[in-house]
This record gives sequence, structure tokens and C-alpha cells, in this order.
Amino acid sequence: MINFAWLIPLLPTLAAIINGLFGRKYMRHHYSDYIATGAVMTSFLISLIIFFEVVSGSKLNVNYWDWIVSGDLHISFGFLIDPLTAIMLLVVTGISSLVHLYSIGYMHDDDGYYRFFTYLSMFTVSMLILIMGNNYLLMFFGWEGVGLCSYLLIGFWFEKKSAGDAAKKAFVTNRVGDLGFVLGLFLLISQFGTLDYAQVFQLAPTHLTTGVATAITLLLFIGATAKSAQIPLYTWLPDAMEGPTPVSALIHAATMVTAGVYMVARSHVIYSMAPTTMEIIAVVGALTALFAATIAIAQNDIKRIVAYSTVSQLGYMFMGLGLGAYTAGVYHLFTHAFFKACLFLGCGSVIHALSGEQDIRRMGGLFPHIKLTAITFLIAALANAGIFPFAGFFSKDEILWAAFSGGHYVIWGIGATAAFCSAFYMFRLWFVAFTGKSRVDHHVAHHIHESPSVMTGPLVLLAFLAATVGALALPPGNGFIHHFLGNVFGHPEHNVTGIAAELFHKFAALASGEPTAHGHLLEYFMMLVSLGIALSGIGLAYLMYYKKIEALNPETLSKRFRIVHQTLLNKYWVDELYDFLFVNPTKKAGTELWEFDGKVVDGAVNGTSWIVLIKAEITNFLDKYVVDGTVNGLALLVDIKSRVLRRMQTGDAQNYALVMLLGVVFIMGVYYFY
Amino acid sequence: MVPQEHYLVLSAILFAIGATGVLVRRNAIVIFMCIELMLNAVNISLVAFSKQLNSMDGQVFVFFIMTVAAAEAAIGLAIMVSLFRNKETLNVDEINLMKW
Repeated sequence: MINFAWLIPLLPTLAAIINGLFGRKYMRHHYSDYIATGAVMTSFLISLIIFFEVVSGSKLNVNYWDWIVSGDLHISFGFLIDPLTAIMLLVVTGISSLVHLYSIGYMHDDDGYYRFFTYLSMFTVSMLILIMGNNYLLMFFGWEGVGLCSYLLIGFWFEKKSAGDAAKKAFVTNRVGDLGFVLGLFLLISQFGTLDYAQVFQLAPTHLTTGVATAITLLLFIGATAKSAQIPLYTWLPDAMEGPTPVSALIHAATMVTAGVYMVARSHVIYSMAPTTMEIIAVVGALTALFAATIAIAQNDIKRIVAYSTVSQLGYMFMGLGLGAYTAGVYHLFTHAFFKACLFLGCGSVIHALSGEQDIRRMGGLFPHIKLTAITFLIAALANAGIFPFAGFFSKDEILWAAFSGGHYVIWGIGATAAFCSAFYMFRLWFVAFTGKSRVDHHVAHHIHESPSVMTGPLVLLAFLAATVGALALPPGNGFIHHFLGNVFGHPEHNVTGIAAELFHKFAALASGEPTAHGHLLEYFMMLVSLGIALSGIGLAYLMYYKKIEALNPETLSKRFRIVHQTLLNKYWVDELYDFLFVNPTKKAGTELWEFDGKVVDGAVNGTSWIVLIKAEITNFLDKYVVDGTVNGLALLVDIKSRVLRRMQTGDAQNYALVMLLGVVFIMGVYYFY
Repeated sequence: MVPQEHYLVLSAILFAIGATGVLVRRNAIVIFMCIELMLNAVNISLVAFSKQLNSMDGQVFVFFIMTVAAAEAAIGLAIMVSLFRNKETLNVDEINLMKW
């Protein structure tokens, strides 16, 4: 089956082509969804089979055809399937299938139904090519593809100005990152003369100096900061909420923001050669995690909270990657995909139930009305907060432990604070939206309804996975996922086991009656700290928003710490700062250039044309009177002369004969006398 | 033995008569006959020189000229017949199509 891997991107491509070309005219409302969903689900099944084949040791690296041949540069169109790709395939096709399914319900009444499914399929295909390609250019192809599709989908409701603006913002921000990515690719070509993964990674250890490796990795990382929403290029992601909710789920969980993480993980050979870059990635990741988590605390839009949560969790992933814990980073990507997709689809379900309401201040008391959504949301929130035994706990814990055991205490501290914030904002959201008194507008209130089963089905499935995929990391530090991804990243000597591992070993040791090894007390303590931090975050949210303790009244607190609250509410004014620093100057420069164009360039052009016109007038005059005059004058002269000369042509043959005879006599005379 | 000069003088006289005829006569047939006269004047001088120089070259020339003259006579008379049919005259003053 692994040899049929090309079917995975091909099927959604066909679906996109069929829907895109014929959807509008020939499909009555509900055929596009069958085609698109069927195609991506088949892809998922193939991915699943391939995943098990990869588990049992299969591997694929095949070039289908020469894509670009230019001088010494050969770039093939080929696919590489190894454990990393296999796991990404599962995430992408799996989440994408569920999102497709969910969209059947969510987009039911939208006019652009077929268009939506076309874009969804295209989005999935782009991401599949990104993760399946066996060279950097193919990755870049997918990279640009997801950029384009995200633009189309964020701006899906393009009649709304905010949606159009958000789409443009996403696109332009990604372009900034793409520049870095492209430069990185150029540097790779100049160093290796190839972009093929296998060759690059084989040559890298011998051909690359640390400096060049740092340059390449930093440039590539700039691309990743845009695509995966890291500081400083994260601002597009929260705005991307303007798109339909299933799109948000897709962007956040499967098809877009994970691209940067995948890229770094895929290039880990080069990254490992550049310690400076790794340091930068870890710091950027940690700062992003904290930064976004704090912003999420003060937001009121349900999707925006979850969006900032994504930014924060992506920060964790990069933190893990930057610390060299690639497995942990990718594993967090994997678990995050499930709980974040669940959260977003849950948001969609809530918004659907409330006829489009997104502000959590106008929700409240939803639990009895939409129980299934509320419960699945709760499970995903627990996973996001990192509560044992939900999926997020294991992966986040491994990342934090990588920081702590590596001696990066500051990064650990930042990560732990972010974890506290994560727990707090998730449960602030949950308590405010689902419990307490209803603050729903009474026009909306009487038709709150649970979503159809085509929407809740994916929710339940995702919640189940969010609760259970943590099991892949059992036994901790030595689990399936570690062995599986270890094939790609190598098994690290220092055992990045995580606190859960210690706990497990402890229990194992206790159960078998063996004496506990030394030094485990610290880890045991750290585990408690980690879990305690998350629980205290939840506890605080519980006290503030469920118990509503007077001392912790959010209103009073936000008044007392007005500056802090305003800062967070306004997202640190980063958007305003960027507007001030980059956007407005660019616009202003654009306006000025336009004016320059209008006055100077156009003036020069018009002036030149004016001069040419004058010259043409002069030339015209000269032509008319001097040149033509000369020509006509000559003709006139010839005419006058010919009037005289033609008298000689009498037409009388005897005249001519006489002239000839005289001529002969004359010549003979000359001959005779001289 | 007639001296050489006599032949040449005769030839010159005949040639002059012919040339004058060509220039002054109006009837095309007469002009034509004058041309024949000029040709034969030349023939006389050629034969005379041939005899004096004891060479056959001149007489060979004469034969050629007579042949050409015969051909010329045939064509010339044919032209005149068709000319007469078109113009109903052989007066060369009236045949001035080459005029401007």
C-alpha cells in the first residue's frame, strides 16, 4: 500500500478539481460534500494503512519525475514517507476528514457551499504535499499552497470587510516569512546544489560550517515564525478567526500552523548543527507561549481565546524543538491537533447553537442546552490545560521536562507560567460560557439547540482521541511514540523522559517492591509542581467565574489592575505597534510613491511626449517644405527639360537615319583628320 | 585589268545613291530597294578587296550578306503588306508611331 502513497494527495486534488470546475453549475447543493469528504476520508484510510506499514518498518522515498532541471540543479517530484511523515499524514488527513464531515453540517446553508469544499480539499492537498515531499522545493510548494488556501478560506466571506482584511493580513504576514524561507532555500542550493532531503542531510554534517548552518536554519525559522504564528509574526492567526469556524479548526489543528513545526523537525539534522538557532527557537517559543497565553486571559471572543491558545501551544512545540526534544515537540503537535480541533469545532457548535454569537459575555448557562458540546469541550479543555491523564499532559510535560533537565530553568519558568495561564483561560472560557446564569440575548435564547449529529460526531471522536492519545507515550519516555519517532530523530542519550515517566517508574518500582533509585525525588516533586500549576489555574478560574468569590470579582480586579487588563485586552497593542511601525509607514510610503509617480514620473513622461510632439511638428514642416520641396523641384526641372528634349523624337525613321548618318560622317571625319 | 580604285568609287557612288534614297524617298518600297542598293554597294567593295588581297574571306562575307538580304527582303515585304493593310499607305511620313 505504501507504494500507492501518491493516491493520498491525488484524491482530494481530483475532488477539488471536480468541485471547483463543476460545483457551481452541475452539482445540486449536496454533491460537492460527498465528493470532497469521500475523497479525503479515503485518503485517511490509505494513510492509516500506510501508518501501520511504517510502524512495521516500511519506508518510502521515491522520485516520480524530474520536476525542474536547470544546469546542475535537479529537482524531482517525489515523496518521502518515514515515521514523521506517517504521523503527520494521520493528523492531516484525520483532522481534515472530520472537519469536512463537520462542515457538511456547519456550512449547510451557505451559498458558497461547493466553493468551500473546493478550498478545503485544496488546503488539504497543499498540506499533504508539504509533508510528503522528499525535497525542500516540494515542501515550499505546499508551504505556498497552504498560504494561498488560508487566504482564500479566511476571506471566504469576502463581502465582510474584516474578513477580507484578515485574509490580506494573513497572506502578507506569511509573505514576510516566505522571504526568509526562500533565502534559506537559496543558501541550501548554494551549499549543496540540491534540495533533496536525503542528500542534504547526508552532506550536511561534513559540508556545513556552524555559521552557515546557523544562517540557513535562522532563515528557515523566519518562515516558520510566519507560518506557525510565533513572535513576531503571529498577529495574523487570531485575525484568521474571520473565516468559517471549520477553517479555523483546520488551520489550527492540521493543515497550516503545524507546517513550521514539521519543517524544523524535518530539518533537525541541520538545526542540531546550529546551537545558536536552537537557543533562539527555544526562547522565541517560550516567549510566544507565555505572551499568547496572557493575551488569551483577557479576550472575550470565544474563537479568539482558542486562537491565542493555539499560538501559545505552538510556542510550546517550538520550545521543545529548540531544546532538541524533537519527539516531544512533534508529539505535542500530534496531541494538540486533536484537542485543538475539538475545541474549535466545539466553538463552532456553540456559535451555531447561538445563531452566530461569539462573545462569551453574552453566553453563560449553556451546559444543559448543549450537553454534548459542553462535555467534549471540557475534555479538550482539560487536555489543553495539561491535566493527567489527558493527551496534552504527556506532551507538554515532556517539553517542560526537557527544559528543566537541560538546565534551562528560565525557559522552564516561562513555560510553567504559560501552563498556568493556559489552564486559567481555558476554564475561564468554559465556566463563563457553559455555567452560571444565562446572559444570552432572549431573541436567541429560545432556539438554542444542539448541533446535528454530523457535527457532534466529529466532536465526540476528537474528544475521545484528545483523552486517549496520551497512551501512545506510555510507558513514558519509552513509549510507542518515542520509538516510532526515534527512528527519525535518533534516540537521545540523555533520557528526556518527562515527569510522567518518573511517576510510572515510581509506580512500577513500588509495585514490584524494588527500592526507588536516587534522584527521582526531584522529578516526582516537579511532576507535582506541573500538575499543581495546571490545577491551580483551573482552581483560580473556578473561584473567579464559578464560585464568584467577592475578593476575586473579575470586574473589580480589572478595575484595580486597569493597566494590566487593558494591556492584555488590547493584546499588548502589538497590532497597533505593527501598524505604527510597518503598516502605516508602508502605506504612507506607498501613497508618497504614488504621488511621486503622479507628479514626477508622469510629469517626465508627459513632458517627454510634449517634446516629442514639438519635434514631430518641426520635422513635419521640414519634410513638407524642404524634403518634399527638393523632390518636387527636381521633378519639375526634369519635366521642363523633357518638354524641350522630346521635340527631337519626331517618330520619323528617316530623320533618325539622317542623324545616324551624320554621326557616322562626323566620327569618320574625326578619325580621318586626327 | 580594271584598277582597284574604280571598283571602290563605283561602290561609294552606289552606296551614296542608296543612302540618299533612304533619307529622301517617301515610299517605303523604294526605301527598301535603296537599302538593297547599299548592301550591294558594300558587296562590290568586299569582292574587290577579296580579289586584290587574294583572299576568299571577302567573298564568304558577300554570300552571308546576300543570304541575310534575302531573309530581310522576305520579312520586310511581309511587314509592308501588313502595314498597308492597316494604314492603306506606304508613305513613311504618315508612319510615325514612334513619336512622343
